[in-house]
Amino acid sequence: MLEARKLRKEVSSPEGLLTILDEVSLAIHAGETVAIVGASGAGKSTLLALLAGLDEPSSGEVWVDGENITALDEDGRAAVRARRVGFVFQSFHLVPSLTALENVMLPLELAGRRDAREAASQALEEVGLGARVGHYPRQLSGGEQQRVAIARAFVTRPAVLFADEPTGNLDTATGARIADLLFQLNAAAGTTLVLVTHDRGLAARCGRIIEIDGGRLTGGA
Amino acid sequence: MRALRFALLALARDWRSGELAVLALALVIAIAALTGVGFFTDRVGQAVERQAAEVIAADLKLQASRAPSDDWLAAAAEAGLATARTLSFPSVVFLGEDSTLAAVRAVSEGYPLRGEVKVSAEPFAPPVIADGIPGRGEIWPDSRLLARLGAAVGDEVSLGAATLSITRVLDYRPDQGAAFVDLAPSLLMNLGDIPATQLIQPGSRATHAVLFAGAPADVRAFKARLQDEKLPGERLVDVAEASPQIQSSMERAGRFLNLSALITVLLAAVAVAMSARRYVRRHLDNVALMKCMGASQRLVLAATTTELALLAVMAAAAGAVLGFLAQEVLAWLLTDLIRGDLPPPTWQPALLGLATAATILVGFALPPLLQLRKVPPARVLRRNLEPPPLRYATAYLVAVAALLGLLFFLVRDARLVGWVAGGTVLALAVLGLAGWLMVLGAGRLRGGVGVSWRYGVANLARRGRESVVQVVAFGLGLMVLLLLSVVRGDLLDEWQASVPADAPNHFLINIRNDEVDAFGAFFTERGMAEPELFPMIRARMTAVNGTPMEERTLEGDRARNFSEREQNLSWAAQPQMGNRIVEGRWWDEADRGRHLVSVEVDYAEELGLKLGDVLSFDVAGEPLEAEIASLREVQWDNFRPNFFLVFSPGTLDGMIGTWLTAVNLDEAQRRELVALVRQFPSVSIFDLEAILTQVRQVGDQASLAVQYVFLFTLVAGVVVLLAAIQSTRDERAWESAMLRTLGASRRIVMAGVAAEFGVLGVLSGLLAAIVATVAGWALATQLFNLEYVVDLRVWLVGLLAGLLLVGGAGLLATRGVIRQSPVATLRRG
Repeated sequence: MLEARKLRKEVSSPEGLLTILDEVSLAIHAGETVAIVGASGAGKSTLLALLAGLDEPSSGEVWVDGENITALDEDGRAAVRARRVGFVFQSFHLVPSLTALENVMLPLELAGRRDAREAASQALEEVGLGARVGHYPRQLSGGEQQRVAIARAFVTRPAVLFADEPTGNLDTATGARIADLLFQLNAAAGTTLVLVTHDRGLAARCGRIIEIDGGRLTGGA
Repeated sequence: MRALRFALLALARDWRSGELAVLALALVIAIAALTGVGFFTDRVGQAVERQAAEVIAADLKLQASRAPSDDWLAAAAEAGLATARTLSFPSVVFLGEDSTLAAVRAVSEGYPLRGEVKVSAEPFAPPVIADGIPGRGEIWPDSRLLARLGAAVGDEVSLGAATLSITRVLDYRPDQGAAFVDLAPSLLMNLGDIPATQLIQPGSRATHAVLFAGAPADVRAFKARLQDEKLPGERLVDVAEASPQIQSSMERAGRFLNLSALITVLLAAVAVAMSARRYVRRHLDNVALMKCMGASQRLVLAATTTELALLAVMAAAAGAVLGFLAQEVLAWLLTDLIRGDLPPPTWQPALLGLATAATILVGFALPPLLQLRKVPPARVLRRNLEPPPLRYATAYLVAVAALLGLLFFLVRDARLVGWVAGGTVLALAVLGLAGWLMVLGAGRLRGGVGVSWRYGVANLARRGRESVVQVVAFGLGLMVLLLLSVVRGDLLDEWQASVPADAPNHFLINIRNDEVDAFGAFFTERGMAEPELFPMIRARMTAVNGTPMEERTLEGDRARNFSEREQNLSWAAQPQMGNRIVEGRWWDEADRGRHLVSVEVDYAEELGLKLGDVLSFDVAGEPLEAEIASLREVQWDNFRPNFFLVFSPGTLDGMIGTWLTAVNLDEAQRRELVALVRQFPSVSIFDLEAILTQVRQVGDQASLAVQYVFLFTLVAGVVVLLAAIQSTRDERAWESAMLRTLGASRRIVMAGVAAEFGVLGVLSGLLAAIVATVAGWALATQLFNLEYVVDLRVWLVGLLAGLLLVGGAGLLATRGVIRQSPVATLRRG
């Protein structure tokens, strides 16, 4: 389903070339739930960005559903994301000028779906926000914002869902409820889940834990 | 299709959430200012043109030695134009045994089509506006003719075979002109009496003319037709030829109005560029998110540009309506001040305004918007990822070029556009460089001062690139405001001073060599200053570099006229006041004995003369040769005697000529002219009062309009500046919130913001003052032919305006943000 082959990412910095990821290879099967854990700066987010095709590796390949997305240009990768990938972010990334409903409609509209409004309303119902469709992000609490983001991630029925510290900006109780919601929806849809976190408790709820340290995999691959 | 749908959605949503407010406001103001100024200058331009048209008593004049066909009158009537015929010829007028030569002007009903004839009941008495033209059997001679003949109102005189009675004294007719050749005293009579005089036979030396007047568009169309179909020997006369003074004044007025239009365009460009930057900054996250969700670069680009285009269309419509209303208000404010009604505006300014707005939008808003396409999608994970920085120089180069092309089309004044463009590019470069140096310097200042100051100034230095952009934008805005508010006053004062209150209002010509001493004494005996006399010799140009004039091919009626008619030559040791050498040099002692001539630049252009050409003349049978040593620009509207051809001292020695002078006479002194004419019968007096008044009126009317247009531009400029400041507030909001989270009090954060905006304002103000001074100098000396005096107020106003406008407005714009709870700001990220 999702495979990384000898991924390498280097960036230039004032101190010279900096290696962020070093020969990372891993395979994730359809329907699997995987947590990528590691300390700050270990390369978790970079790995996520590469797996999701948001960034290009310095060398190595990423395969999604049998397609080498490293060989595609940015628009090609965008098309893959549009069809198969959903995202949940630590800082929610809702568009401030759009209502909750419009935020959830956005990926459907980008995909050209005619039933965007109905599908989005239903997705918001599913995360328990049916009564707040017309609210703007600034009128919602953090937990509510993340629920909108989750509805937005699942509404396109993606094959893979990437979550970057989904509970990182929330208090413990809210975080736990968000995590429950995420795993419930994931189980119901049979989505492959790749979750980046340094919350061991959250990681433990996944089927597999991949550890990363200093740009190298140290366990779980 | 999807992009359009998406753009519509985005437009509606961004609009509802207020995201588009600043960009939309900048656009609306820019377009309103452009169309408003455009509409108004169009109307004032038409009014000034109409006023100037009085010089030929019509909008258009067809002149020939034979009467133009009646077909033209019929065709003109069909085209909706008013017409009148005139006939001018010299003839001797008799009163009993006394006789004198007079310039006869016979006119038909309807004359004059533009302006008014003024008459009085006795010579040199206060005039009143004439009601129509002289009746059949009547003549209206001027005061000089009456003085020559010793006639009075009520006398009967003979002209040819006809006997006519004097019913009025002609004081002024609009087309009497300001050229001082062939100046016999004149009389006005009815064209219907001409057959009775039996003076006009085939081959008579007479000038026939048909006058046309009507709506500007009709006149233009008719003029084009006349140009194509007129017979050989028929000549079209326009204002430029009829009165260089009025033309010169009009050109200046036009330049002032065009200048404010150009400045409005500049302001609009700055405003749009700044707000587009803000728009882009605020949309970086959204675009990254959209790409993350699978939007292609093309969709992002198409959706963004479509959204912009839709916004532009709406802003254009609103701006054009606003601009139209604004100019209506301007016109209403001016109703009591402008003589007569302003002609209605044409649609051209609206279209041009919209075209300009579109160019500005595409040129200055599109480059930053195109950046959105390149936003890395990984920005959703790492906020510090940004699109590659915009290369301003290359991005805006095309925009500036397109804008210049459009501006040229707008004002059709290559020199003005060239100077404004060169000035702007130079100003941008200087502002950019100086801004960079000052930001660098400010960064070093941060040690050893309070925390607020350090925070504010550190911000400036840290956002070096941003700060430079802001210094440039604010500096440019302030510079324009300075130019408009302070330098404008200087320019207008200078302009008005170019026709001084004591400008000569009478030309006295034909003073013989042996009369010179007695002539001077005539004035000193009466307690008046002795007038300065200028030599004048009549001559015809025979050849250029040995090629006879007949063999030279000349383009245009004006050039042919110049080459055929006799010219007034003069000589002088020093250049006349208001003359400026544009090529070559004036002679000095070393040139003694050489035969040199200085030629007026337009005259040289018409006749295709250049520096070093040798001109041959026939001076009453005597040959004369001289080499062109310099080309001169002449300030015609200062009303001093000026000559197309001025020779070096000694060149004209031995040639028989006369002298002329120009004097300023008040109402009481005018009465002495009767005595002057008696003592020096050969001297001709030419009354310039009327044309002087005309030039002053054109000037007053135009400068008044210019003041109001400048005021309008000024207001637009301030609003644009405020919008630009508004556009930088987001960048500061987040930092303020963070500082407050760290425990800084609101007061400290405010002081920091104040320090930052204050320094920014003072830097911009200082730079603006420098650039405005240079620009003011360039405008005055290079474009308007005026003196420029350095004005210290520019510096004071620049610094204060910078501090108050940029500092104050910045603080106001940021205050709202600081008042919010830091959490709200940070959460919005």
